Amino acid sequence: MTTPLVEMRNISKRFGGVQAVDEVSVDLYPGEVVGLLGHNGAGKSTLIKTLAGAYPCDGGEIYVNGERAVIETPRDARKFGIETIYQTLALADNLDAPANLFLGRELMTAFGTLDDDAMEHQARAVLHRLNPNFTNIKDPVKNMSGGQRQSVAIARAILFNAKILIMDEPTAALGPQETAMVADLIQQLKKDGIGIFLISHDLHDVFDLSDRVSVMKNGRLVGTRKTSSVTKDEVLGMIILGKLPGEETPEDMAARH
Amino acid sequence: MASDADVNAPLGTAPRLSAMEQFSRLTGLDTRLLAMLGALIAIWIILNLMTGGIFLTPRNLYNLAVQSSVVGVMATGMVLVIVARHIDLSVGSVLGFLGMCIAFLQVEVFPLGAAWNWPLTILLGVFLGVLVGIWQGSWVAFGGVPAFVVTLGGLLMFRGAAFMITDGRTVAPLDPTYQLLGGGIDGSIGATASWTLGLIAVAAVAFFSLKARAKRARYGFPMKPLWAELAMIAVWSFLIIGFVLVMNAYTKPRSDIPRGIPVPVLIMLTVVIVMAFLSRFTKFGRYVFAMGGNPEAAALSGINVKRTTVMIFVVMGVLCAVAAVITTARLNAGTNSMGTLAELNVIAAAVIGGTSLAGGIGTIPGAILGAVIMQSLDNGMVLLGVSSAVRQIVIGLVLVAAVWFDVVYNRGRR
Ligand SMILES: Nc1ncnc2c1ncn2[C@@H]1O[C@H](COP(=O)(O)OP(=O)(O)O)[C@@H](O)[C@H]1O
Ligand SMILES: [Mg+2]
Repeated sequence: MTTPLVEMRNISKRFGGVQAVDEVSVDLYPGEVVGLLGHNGAGKSTLIKTLAGAYPCDGGEIYVNGERAVIETPRDARKFGIETIYQTLALADNLDAPANLFLGRELMTAFGTLDDDAMEHQARAVLHRLNPNFTNIKDPVKNMSGGQRQSVAIARAILFNAKILIMDEPTAALGPQETAMVADLIQQLKKDGIGIFLISHDLHDVFDLSDRVSVMKNGRLVGTRKTSSVTKDEVLGMIILGKLPGEETPEDMAARH
Repeated sequence: MASDADVNAPLGTAPRLSAMEQFSRLTGLDTRLLAMLGALIAIWIILNLMTGGIFLTPRNLYNLAVQSSVVGVMATGMVLVIVARHIDLSVGSVLGFLGMCIAFLQVEVFPLGAAWNWPLTILLGVFLGVLVGIWQGSWVAFGGVPAFVVTLGGLLMFRGAAFMITDGRTVAPLDPTYQLLGGGIDGSIGATASWTLGLIAVAAVAFFSLKARAKRARYGFPMKPLWAELAMIAVWSFLIIGFVLVMNAYTKPRSDIPRGIPVPVLIMLTVVIVMAFLSRFTKFGRYVFAMGGNPEAAALSGINVKRTTVMIFVVMGVLCAVAAVITTARLNAGTNSMGTLAELNVIAAAVIGGTSLAGGIGTIPGAILGAVIMQSLDNGMVLLGVSSAVRQIVIGLVLVAAVWFDVVYNRGRR
């Protein structure tokens, strides 16, 4: 077996009194899509934010390509080829699309000034690929539609040759046509050997796209299954009841006694 | 629904745009800036009528330009502070403190008359401005204390410090060469130099506009029509040449020697160019705007938000030092009341010039426009013999009205 691209071991994160993530372990192989499922508040976003460097984790370890990776800032994550599409999109609303795409890694001219034209050129190419109707890319993103904003966030993640892509509810603001486009994109990225964590609270969004699903509930990992070996109903059971198929929950046992 | 055709169509024919928005697209000027420009022209015409034609004389416009320079210099820094969702209430006191330091060093520490004296005091003043910026910026960035509180403390502390340097005594007179930096009778560059600079400026505007256009063309980007580009160059050239003509039309006393551009105005224009460059063409400027637009997104993009915050206050401190140089040179003295209440004019100038208190939005030229609007009102009221009490009331009302306009304008856009 090949080494996993990413291995997160026993990750924990607490916010004040809330144990948002509790000893969760997940992994991801090259060219694989792992669906991360669970209700709102299950801790999915918090878990992947520790991988993205948005917060340091309280406990646990991250391995990239089998080697221990210390990820404390978003810059660290980028160094490991980890790119993130945040659920909140994390766009600066007052800036235009190229400025957002290159935020934090601007292209510079030979004189050490921002090369806005070069950035616009690349931005046009990548955004056009995602969304051929995208023409107002020089507007502040606050003037854009939800779908366009989401396209900007996606474009930012794929522009820099990510090896590991985190997509936190990437189709939340998209219509059916754009959602299909994202599905195509995911297939294409898979072929390029990129590993993708695809996060959703809705099973139907990820079931067809993912090779494995990991389900979280109340900050804990319920379990990870090959998508081909489970049914949607079984996964739904994991999400709702927090139990693996064929396993008994404490409530079941209590009910029997 | 936008379509591909829109890109290639001339921008002027884009559907569903008001006349103002079309104009704004063609000129590349923000509609809000255009509104302020309209307000300035209206104020000038009205004040000119009310003063029986005194307001728009070369003499008064020259004075207006000099008077605007101190507030203008600091307002360019306040734009960055407010864009990043902070505020700086201490700029007036910092001006007073740095001015007193400069004057005290120049008169009572270093030998007056030594050629190196005044340049060294300026350098030390700027250095102290950097330290003040690091001090205040660090409290905000690393201490997590809101800038409002840090700089309110600064307002008191630096005013007190300004007093302590000489126990409230005024320090005068300053070096005669240094005094030129404040304007005054000899503090302008004369007709020839003014023309030379004016023509260089016109050439630079034309060169950079056309160069930027050529670069966009090379990439095949949509562009505004050539006539609009040329019209903008013409308007700028007209403004620059008009400015030189007016400054040259004001002569030295009992002679017909033209004064030309006053040195403090030259300093302000230099500051404007540097600050506009900083905010538009450097990573620092981009990060300031990103932090103002969405602080969380800025941090997630790997921007060092804390360091950038400190930098903003350092820039503000340096600009306070520049303003302190102009002020002391103009007064030919250091007094401990210098810059009192200047923070209000500076903040008002930035806000009137289109800087949004909600953060993320503001321009350097806008702040200068705001400074000139404020100073025009003040200057006009002085000409009309309005008492200083009434002037304060009017300026206060203008500040509230400007922020109200900001709120209404932003509400209309959401
Ligand atoms: N920055 C934060 N501060 C405090 N609590 C948080 C923060 N982020 C998330 N939480 C809490 O952590 C839990 C998990 O949230 P989250 O990871 O966003 O869930 P999910 O993405 O699965 O919907 C929730 O109870 C949420 O309220
Ligand atoms: Mg979430």
